[in-house]
Amino acid sequence: MSAAAGVLAAGAIAVSLRGARRELDTAARPGAGGGAERTAPLAGLVAAFIFAVQMLNFPVAAGTSGHLLGGALAAILVGPYTGVLCVSVVLLLQAVLFADGGLTALGVNITTMALTTTVVAYALFRVLVKLLPNSRRSVTAASFVAALVSVPASAVVFTLLYAVGGTTDVSIGKVATAMVGVHVLIGLGEAAITALTVGAVIAVRPDLVHGARGLRQQLKLRVNGELVDAPEAAEPVPAAARSPRTVWIAGLVTSLLLAGFVSFYASANPDGLEKVAADHGIDKQAEEHAAADSPLADYGVKDVDDARLSGGLAGVIGVGVTVVAGTGVFWAVRRRRTTDEEAEATSPADTSV
Amino acid sequence: MGAGHSHRLYRHGHSPVHALPPHTKLAAVLAFVIVVVSTPREAMWAFAAYAVLLGAVAYAARVPAGFLLKRLLIEVPFVAFAVLLPFVAEGERVDALGLSLSVNGLWGAWNVLAKGTLGVAASVLLAATTELRELLHGLQRLRLPPLLVQIASFMVRYGDVITDEMRRMRIARESRGFEARGIRHWGVLAKSAGALFIRSYERGERVHLAMVSRGYTGVMPVIDEVAASRAQWSYALALPCAALVVCLLGWTL
Repeated sequence: MSAAAGVLAAGAIAVSLRGARRELDTAARPGAGGGAERTAPLAGLVAAFIFAVQMLNFPVAAGTSGHLLGGALAAILVGPYTGVLCVSVVLLLQAVLFADGGLTALGVNITTMALTTTVVAYALFRVLVKLLPNSRRSVTAASFVAALVSVPASAVVFTLLYAVGGTTDVSIGKVATAMVGVHVLIGLGEAAITALTVGAVIAVRPDLVHGARGLRQQLKLRVNGELVDAPEAAEPVPAAARSPRTVWIAGLVTSLLLAGFVSFYASANPDGLEKVAADHGIDKQAEEHAAADSPLADYGVKDVDDARLSGGLAGVIGVGVTVVAGTGVFWAVRRRRTTDEEAEATSPADTSV
Repeated sequence: MGAGHSHRLYRHGHSPVHALPPHTKLAAVLAFVIVVVSTPREAMWAFAAYAVLLGAVAYAARVPAGFLLKRLLIEVPFVAFAVLLPFVAEGERVDALGLSLSVNGLWGAWNVLAKGTLGVAASVLLAATTELRELLHGLQRLRLPPLLVQIASFMVRYGDVITDEMRRMRIARESRGFEARGIRHWGVLAKSAGALFIRSYERGERVHLAMVSRGYTGVMPVIDEVAASRAQWSYALALPCAALVVCLLGWTL
């Protein structure tokens, strides 16, 4: 099981390595022919940022506090590929250096915490940004929802992995409700912090927010004390706005899948959320994945038992579905961005403020 | 920057374990962890044998027991879950100390505790005897994509810088009388996080330009190529091989 998750994680990292190069090349100067050598320093520094921001404590109530997981934030700020890479690198180094989470659980950790959160958050974010009016407020709102969904989504993926690999008779329904319930709470915190942070960055350097690249403001000139629109140097055509169908479909399918899973598990135990909330309390938020995810990950992975054989087929199907869904989203997102880049390349004199 | 490069888990020394090439140590730890994980949980004595093996390595590396045990505390939040298992698992139950516990859950908890502790102990030993830069070199020699290793090394190099930047921002907030007490103050903290992102990203751009102007083309030159001799490999792999013997005994007995 850990092997399957490891393969999945490795594949995702390979895809991301290629994608991140493109993302970071065009990040600062769209159209400028940057080299592949931009990737390492920029991604490394962003990874360092995620590493540091995970240590920033957000007090919840007396004595307890939570911190960011960063998957959604990374996806929105620097793009999905770089986001996956950065969070994976952080997890890798935490596993090797600080013995956090364990080496064997690394594949599972990367699949749930780096891959799932980032991809889900980014797909949802793009769909929402498309649907909402083109403004800063809607970007913030979209990042709130994206971060909120991404955390329980990783819990769901983890539960799937657990369903295939776990052996102790903790019923899947119980695990799912506990995981999803707790993670919805964590997700709320994550969502609030992510939205506020994205909002803060957008206010200062909107050009650095990867997810808000399409958001351009008309340049205004003050002529005789009156604000007038500056004449456009070149019409910045948001080409992708006309062909958003692939993203929409991919995003919708993903969210439908997610919705299906979540409601399925939720209905298995209707009062699960309240129960979990009472059992674990908000203070779980302080430990977040430390307490909720990794030991279980270690655990689910570490058992070798006959139950695995029976569950094997289901596991292959599950992982297959995940891969197909993931690649679908990747493809859609990538195609979209290439059209974006072409549009930007044709209009180097951009009017973003 | 010189002193900042050794991390807090590293313990300087000149033992034979310190001297081993990093990639042999990485491979050994990985193999050891895999062997431990695939041991049946009923074979309790096998885990004791693993602990003895690790103890021998620690002795050879001249890592004091107190150092190792203190670093093991890092595991505590992770195993908190294991303690819950006997209460939530289903199936046959036993009564102990007036509590109704699940047998399967108890086994599960033991499983997590034993394997988790051994895995963390092995990782701590690795980190205690290997410098960070060497570890990254080792990862590269184990065929991790060079780009990934480069990203990781940039993260390691600038992790402290960015963390310090964050610390300075906290001091600046506090010296202006700000104290985060609840959700109402998240806005301020999030603005700090946003500013930190901008500073990190811009620093990344400056680092990139500085490196390009010094001839960086996307590949890091390897200056100290360390090749492992056959003796070093066998020395490093003694640990997982011994563990494998124990594991096979555990399956057959």
